[in-house]
Amino acid sequence: MKIVLVDDDEDDRMFFADALQEIEISTELVEFHNGQELLDYLSDPNTEHPQLIFLDLNMPVMDGFQCLREIRKNPELKDLVVAIYSTSSSERDIEETFVNGANIYINKPNRFEELKKTIGQVVKRNWQYREITMDKANFLFRI
Amino acid sequence: MADFRIQYNPLEICRTVVTERLNALGISFSLNAPGELSVHGHLTDETRLQIDKALKPYDISLIEKGSENIVDGIKYAIEELLDSPTVRTEKTSAYLSEKLGYSYSSLAKRFSEETYTSIENFIILRRIEHVKSLLLLGGISLTEIAHKLDYSSVAHLSRQFKKTTGLTPTTFLRIIEKRKTT
Repeated sequence: MKIVLVDDDEDDRMFFADALQEIEISTELVEFHNGQELLDYLSDPNTEHPQLIFLDLNMPVMDGFQCLREIRKNPELKDLVVAIYSTSSSERDIEETFVNGANIYINKPNRFEELKKTIGQVVKRNWQYREITMDKANFLFRI
Repeated sequence: MADFRIQYNPLEICRTVVTERLNALGISFSLNAPGELSVHGHLTDETRLQIDKALKPYDISLIEKGSENIVDGIKYAIEELLDSPTVRTEKTSAYLSEKLGYSYSSLAKRFSEETYTSIENFIILRRIEHVKSLLLLGGISLTEIAHKLDYSSVAHLSRQFKKTTGLTPTTFLRIIEKRKTT
């Protein structure tokens, strides 16, 4: 399963990559530092689209909110599964990202064990959801 | 401008599409139980390819009976279970075991190995999807949905919805409604 992580914080990216390696589903991880880099990658015709995108909200150049809106506006990209991966636990932020088309909202955990569990849950649920729903837009899930 | 919600029955759509496409190819066939097709006479490789090609645009594919994956069989049986009020009251484990001809423990093991979830949890996820589609159709209260899908109470449904999706049914609906206006 191909997974993309977009996060400007290097420590967070390393932490994420280590946790992802420890879950039981085999995955390939591609990393970017901001929303613009992700959009450039996705718009390349040679890119095989990922099954799941983890997107931070606060980033330079292009933040997660803007990036999410661009993805949903683009007919080629609008069906991609996007998980917001942020330290914000503001209810307003959370609801706004869902309204703008996020499928999953994750509060970045601080502890490694918790992160491993959360990533595992999201990756597995994303795997299962293909089987359980025909309407991708209704796939909403918050951890 | 007039806006509508589309109410649809996937099984009926599938039956109609398969009937139309196979008739167009001049193939003699019958549709038996939901999701089962018999092609009459000898089926050549060439005809099989034609059928596959005709159904592909609708994301419909045929699987030879007997070769299907046991996990797909479990999922299909769960769908039947959720769709049919007559079998819903039976014990799930006994129903699946009888339907697929394996002990429940071996079914459960195979299922979790392939899907990374338990049969019980898969049923919960599917039921919540039913709840969502009924909520989105509108014109039906949460209490009525709870009754229709065999939840013991509306509180039970709400708790399971929140536990499964992290959102309450009300928040879920509000998000979907707001999406339409942005």
